[in-house]
Order: sequence, then structure tokens, then C-alpha cells
Amino acid sequence: MPVSCSTKCGRDAILKRPKTGDTLCKDCFFLAFETEIHDTIVNGKLFKPGNKVAIGASGGKDSTVLAYVLKTLNERHKYGLDLFLLSIDEGITGYRDDSLKTVAQNRDDYGIPLKILSYKELYGWTMDSIVTEIGRKNNCTFCGVFRRQALDRGAAILGVDCIVTGHNADDIAETVLMNVLRGDIARLQRCTSVITAGADSIMRCKPLKYAYEKEIVMYAYFKHLVYFSTECVYAPNAYRGHARAFLKDLEKIRPSSIIDIIHSGEQLQVKDSIKMPERRNCTRCGFVSSQEICKACVLLEGLNRGLPKLGIGKSNKAKKIMDLDKRNEQQQSIDF
Amino acid sequence: MSSSVAGLSVTVEFGGGAELLFDKKKRHELNLPGDEWTLKRLLFWLRDNLLTERPELFMQGDTVRPGILILVNDADWELLSTSTKVGHVHRLTGELDSEVKAWGFSREDEIGSVSPQY
Repeated sequence: MPVSCSTKCGRDAILKRPKTGDTLCKDCFFLAFETEIHDTIVNGKLFKPGNKVAIGASGGKDSTVLAYVLKTLNERHKYGLDLFLLSIDEGITGYRDDSLKTVAQNRDDYGIPLKILSYKELYGWTMDSIVTEIGRKNNCTFCGVFRRQALDRGAAILGVDCIVTGHNADDIAETVLMNVLRGDIARLQRCTSVITAGADSIMRCKPLKYAYEKEIVMYAYFKHLVYFSTECVYAPNAYRGHARAFLKDLEKIRPSSIIDIIHSGEQLQVKDSIKMPERRNCTRCGFVSSQEICKACVLLEGLNRGLPKLGIGKSNKAKKIMDLDKRNEQQQSIDF
Repeated sequence: MSSSVAGLSVTVEFGGGAELLFDKKKRHELNLPGDEWTLKRLLFWLRDNLLTERPELFMQGDTVRPGILILVNDADWELLSTSTKVGHVHRLTGELDSEVKAWGFSREDEIGSVSPQY
């Protein structure tokens, strides 16, 4: 017996929404899904007419759906946005090279210009060569730190007002849990914000913040969107994996738990006595950093000197080594 | 009319990364012996007969791992129950009875979401 659509439109349902338990037909699902993202955009005041917006595009399901929905909403609701796809090529053979083909397909399908920036051109290293140097432990640290900065640099090149990323509700709930588990209170407070922006860093927003992963996959499936899904060839993050598996188990018993965890994260008030990292600019590269020298510069320095572990672990130690060098350099210049 | 050689013909399609567990082959046309094919039984059969690697990424307990979506004739299987019988309707026409799709989403690390960097 087919189940009928909860909206009483007369059509048969094709899915059960995890967030609400509603059963919806294809058209009513598309409309509900898109309208919720539109509401996130309007309520969060993410854009202004005339804004240039870079979509962080990996070729995966989330960024593909984000690009498609943003293009659709931009036309439907006349946001007046100038959209760009921004992709980062980490230099991972058998993974990113394939997913970039998917992004190129998105560019053609949606008629949105694409900019690709590579780790190689930005840092002189590919992830493949970094892994050769450092091995398969800690390589995700390099990739994460470099990617975050690479997106900022790409956005600066494109001259955009804002970067949108495809973080979905599951990702955000997972990050709330991770930050609780790690005791990272500064990030716990920040991680649920729909907009994050520093003084002079480019604004980042997450329009899919309340969209469940299940619905994103279903949307991509029923819209026949082309996306790429393969796991990264390098080691996954085991700790995050546990948080993710835990969350999925919770969702199975109580589908609203994902949105509930986000709600908890949003409502948390951090005591004034908690020390927050101050935002400043890296003295070397000028990009946003919480330290005098940003993590990307420390990691890069380590790689270039053949001390790839320099930036892994305590930042004080790396600072000491790099300060020592600075003093040596100064002494040398006095000698001359 | 009823033929004694009862069986079920079903098309199973894997996508969204789930095909990686099934020898990277997306579409499988199956002819299964016998009559009583529930979704649950089909899942176990797929795991024991078609799956080529990492069974723990396909099933957990007696159902699929959370994170894999099942569509039966293009509808979310959460609208059905796992004891729903597969392929009942068009048995007499000889056409493909049912289409079962398992849509996974392997963890493609989204841009910017790498762990501590929020």
C-alpha cells in the first residue's frame, strides 16, 4: 500500500522526513527542502543583493546540492547574487583529481564559473608529497589547516563577500559533540553559528546548517545531481568517526536528536571567565590566526626544513624553535 | 497459470559510494529462488552473496548501517517495514518486479569540515 503525501496533495509519498516524520511526495519534498534553506538564508541574513558568493565545492553531495539549490533560490527569490565555485586541489591522486572532474561538470551544468586553487601553487607541496614526508599519521592536520586557508586565499583572489560551505545538520551536530568531548569551549560556542567572520577575514556561512544528510542524499538522488563519493585515500579521523557513528545510532532511535543537539549548542552560554583565543593576523602571511604565526606557516616551515612534526602538538614548542631561529638571525645580522 | 518455478527477479542498484563494497558494480539483475523474499532477507542475501569487502560498512545488526538509504521502487524504505515482501505486484506480467537501491554516502570529507578547524 503506498503511503500518501502528508500535505494531502493526492500524490504518493517517496520519503519520510527524519526531522518531522512527515511523509512527502517528490514535489512537496523538493519545495520543503528548498524553502527551509531559503528560510535559513533569510533569517540568518546571509546575503545582500549584489553580493559575490563563493561556493566551497568539493564535488561531494553536500556542495553539489548547495550549488544547485543556491542557483535555484537565487533565481526564484531574486537574491541578486553573483555565484562562483571555488575548489581546492589538495593533490591527492585517485581522490581529488576525480572529484574535480565532478566540479567541472557542475560548472557546466549550472553555468557557474569555477576557480581551482592547488596546494602545490599555494604552498609548494601536494598532499601526496606531504604524506611521503610525514607518513599517514597526522596528515589530516596538514590538509585541514591548509584547506581552510586556501579557501580564504581563493575567496580573496575572486574578490567575493562571502564563502558558503556545504556543512549539513549532521556535520554540525557531530562538531558540537566533538567539541564537548574535547572540552574545546571556544569552538563549542562558535561551531553552531550560521555565519562566522573575523574582523577582516571573509565571512563564511552554512546555508545547509539545518538540512539532514539523509535529505541531502535524497534530494541529490531525485534531482539526478552528479556528485562524487569516494573516501579520501588517506587515513580517516578515527575520533570523529566514533562521534559520527554514535550520532547515527542516536538518529536511528530518535531522528530529531540531530536538530536537538544543534539547538543545545546554539543555546549554550559560555561563562565570561572562559579564556577565548583572540583573533589576529599572522605576522608572516597576514592571514587570520589565533597565534602570532599561523598554523599553516608553522606546518609549512616544518615541511620545508625537513622537520615535518614541527607544527603537530604543542604550539609553544614550535614557537620556541622558531623564536630561537629569529634570535640567531638577528645575532648574525649584528655580526655582519 | 502459476508456475511451479517460483522465484523473484529484482534489480538491485548501488550508488552514492555503496557500490564500492560490491566490487564497484552498480547494477545487478538478480533471479532469486523461492518466494518469501522480505527486505530483511534480501539484505542478508546481498551481504552474503554479492558483497566483496568490508561487510561492517553495509550492515549493522539485522539492518543496514545508519548512513545507507534504501529505496524500493524509488521510494524511501522507511515508509515500509523490513518485513515487506519484495516484488509482489507484477509477478504475472513477467516484467521486472522490483527495484531495490542502496544509496550510501561514504564520508567524503567536505571542504572546510576537517575536524578541528571549524
